[in-house]
Amino acid sequence: MISVRTLSKRHGERRVLENVTADVTKGETIAIVGPSGGGKSTLLRCLNYLEKFDEGHVEIAGAKLIPGMRGSEPALRSLRSRVGMVFQQFNLFPHLSALGNIMLAPMQVKKVGRATAESEALALLERVGLGDRGGAYPHELSGGQQQRVAIARALAMKPEVILFDEPTSALDPEMRDEVMSVIKDLRVNGGMTMLVVTHEMQFAHDIATRVWVIDKGTIAEDGTPAQVIDDPKTAVSREFFGRLKR
Amino acid sequence: MLLLGIAWGCGSGADAPGQTFTGIKQRGEITWGADLAGGEPFVFEDPAHGGMLIGFEVDIMDALARRLGVKARMVQHTWSQLVPSLERGDFDIVMNGLEATPDRRDRLLLSDPYYVYAETLAVRRGDPYLSIFDLIGKRVGTLNQTYAWDIISMLPMTGAPYEGNEEPYIDLELGRVDGVLLDNIIANRYGCTRAAVRCLPYDVARGSYSIGIRKDDNELAAAINDALAAMKKAGELETILTRWKLWDHRQTEEVGTTQAPPPRGFDGEMVKQFLEAALLTLELSVLAFLIAVPLGLLLAIMRVYGGPGASTGARVYIELFRGTPVLLQLFVLYYGLGEALHLGPISAGVIGLGLNYAAYEAEVYRGALLAIPRGQSEASRALGMGPWQTLRFIMVPQALRLALPPMTNDFVSLLKDSSLVSTVAAIELTKRMQMAALEMRSYLIPGIACAVLYILLSFPLSELARRLERRLSRDQRPHTL
Repeated sequence: MISVRTLSKRHGERRVLENVTADVTKGETIAIVGPSGGGKSTLLRCLNYLEKFDEGHVEIAGAKLIPGMRGSEPALRSLRSRVGMVFQQFNLFPHLSALGNIMLAPMQVKKVGRATAESEALALLERVGLGDRGGAYPHELSGGQQQRVAIARALAMKPEVILFDEPTSALDPEMRDEVMSVIKDLRVNGGMTMLVVTHEMQFAHDIATRVWVIDKGTIAEDGTPAQVIDDPKTAVSREFFGRLKR
Repeated sequence: MLLLGIAWGCGSGADAPGQTFTGIKQRGEITWGADLAGGEPFVFEDPAHGGMLIGFEVDIMDALARRLGVKARMVQHTWSQLVPSLERGDFDIVMNGLEATPDRRDRLLLSDPYYVYAETLAVRRGDPYLSIFDLIGKRVGTLNQTYAWDIISMLPMTGAPYEGNEEPYIDLELGRVDGVLLDNIIANRYGCTRAAVRCLPYDVARGSYSIGIRKDDNELAAAINDALAAMKKAGELETILTRWKLWDHRQTEEVGTTQAPPPRGFDGEMVKQFLEAALLTLELSVLAFLIAVPLGLLLAIMRVYGGPGASTGARVYIELFRGTPVLLQLFVLYYGLGEALHLGPISAGVIGLGLNYAAYEAEVYRGALLAIPRGQSEASRALGMGPWQTLRFIMVPQALRLALPPMTNDFVSLLKDSSLVSTVAAIELTKRMQMAALEMRSYLIPGIACAVLYILLSFPLSELARRLERRLSRDQRPHTL
């Protein structure tokens, strides 16, 4: 489903990603953890080309990403319609209702008819537990509700992969659970391939098939939650998880 | 330029009422108000010597001052404000093609004439007109606030009021007016010399230029009349006028008193004229804004998202149109490109204002686009929407909502700036006010009517914008501190 090969990205002198190589198979859920500034979000954003990179390549959902893809706009659009993304700040469109947010891309990108788009959107809202809030504007929803609408918006494109960029970091603790349970449901009942950047170790432990510890632009450790979280091998992981436990 | 600078810098202090002549003799100087914009041959800057003022009125004034035993100094003032400024005491007398009309005679002391002029009618060569009456129902141009304007107003024809000497004749050649009625001094210099213009060989009317003196200064008026009489007797006036190629048979013939219409009241006809002018103001503003908004949006998008070429192009456009006066742009569009474009006054006004305001709108929209969080376009792109779809469905709707208050501002400002279109001879609200003030001999009622109409135009608009804003902000949390 995803293969990343020798991916490198620089910000001037600073190396943000260095020679990252990894594979994800269909149906896997990867929890991406590690210290702040290590490159977790950058790696995730390279996977749908919201970030450019300097070396290496990515194959994802049947598309190939290489450095300097300017001008291949149609290829990027088709890739992004197959790879969903959920942001830390939700990024709902404030001028559209919850339903409007969900229906827009299917109607404009996939040219789905309004009636179909609306009934699918309602079903998705139902699935994230907001069946009665379709007419609400984002500012009328709590943070947790907004993030669930954002997940429904990503699902509306029927993606093969969803990238979650710290989906619960901007939320109050009591709202994190509602969002995490929606994500869990996607894994258990949907079999969705997901990459989740997160600081919630219990959540990572519960849902991930594999955990990547990213530090200084490289994957420092890659294994099952039992291996990586409970029994870290590398010094970086040990220090990271040790600090969390204290 | 130094000489001019000094002349502009200081007006003379006013003397006590009726004491101007005493003051002149004490100071050894008589100051006279005039407007250099009137051009050759009245008073103008010598093209060969920068800052030197020449003209037949300069020569007459110098000779007159010599006979009074003092020096003469010209004080620059806008022509239309010369009489009020004289009354205020900015200078001792006015001498600048001031026509001896009855209403001026009511307001000022007028000297004996120093020049007899004729109203000359100019038409396009090839048109069959033989007299002013052949132009009934047609559009006839002249300078605003002149005797010629009074004549045109009395006849059933459409008057086109201009501010400069050249413009009416340019429009005559371009077919925007069918005739131009102006003093023979102006017609001979600016009109009859044009290849496509024919001046009718007889005078539509005659009148005379006099020196304007404050009402109380009988002593000064007598002294000036004595000096003028002596100059006529000695042939000095003839010498000066001959030198400026102005001496003609009219100078020795009797002049009948010129007739101005009696002051008008604020009658039904005037109410109708005001409403028509207000409608034109609204039409100009709305149409211009309909150009400014889409063009401004396009320019903003080019600046924010365009490549280096598009972005630079938009910047050049904005700097050019924002950095130069709208008035200049209107002149270039209407007169400068008149032969190539053949725009009427209204379309020139609409296009000129539209192009100008687009530059301002562009910056408003650019600010609004930049104020939208980055996450919005990222979320849109991450959903597979293309750049144009992102602009259309995400960025522009949000930007327009942010831009609504400054846009309302700009529209109200445009409503008022549309008065500049009067410079290309369209009679909109401000122009109608000035003309009505002249006809009524008072600014009070026309001024109030004009202000009320502007507010009646702008207020519903602000109200509409307020409602629109409220409707659009359904999707926003109410603002608090």
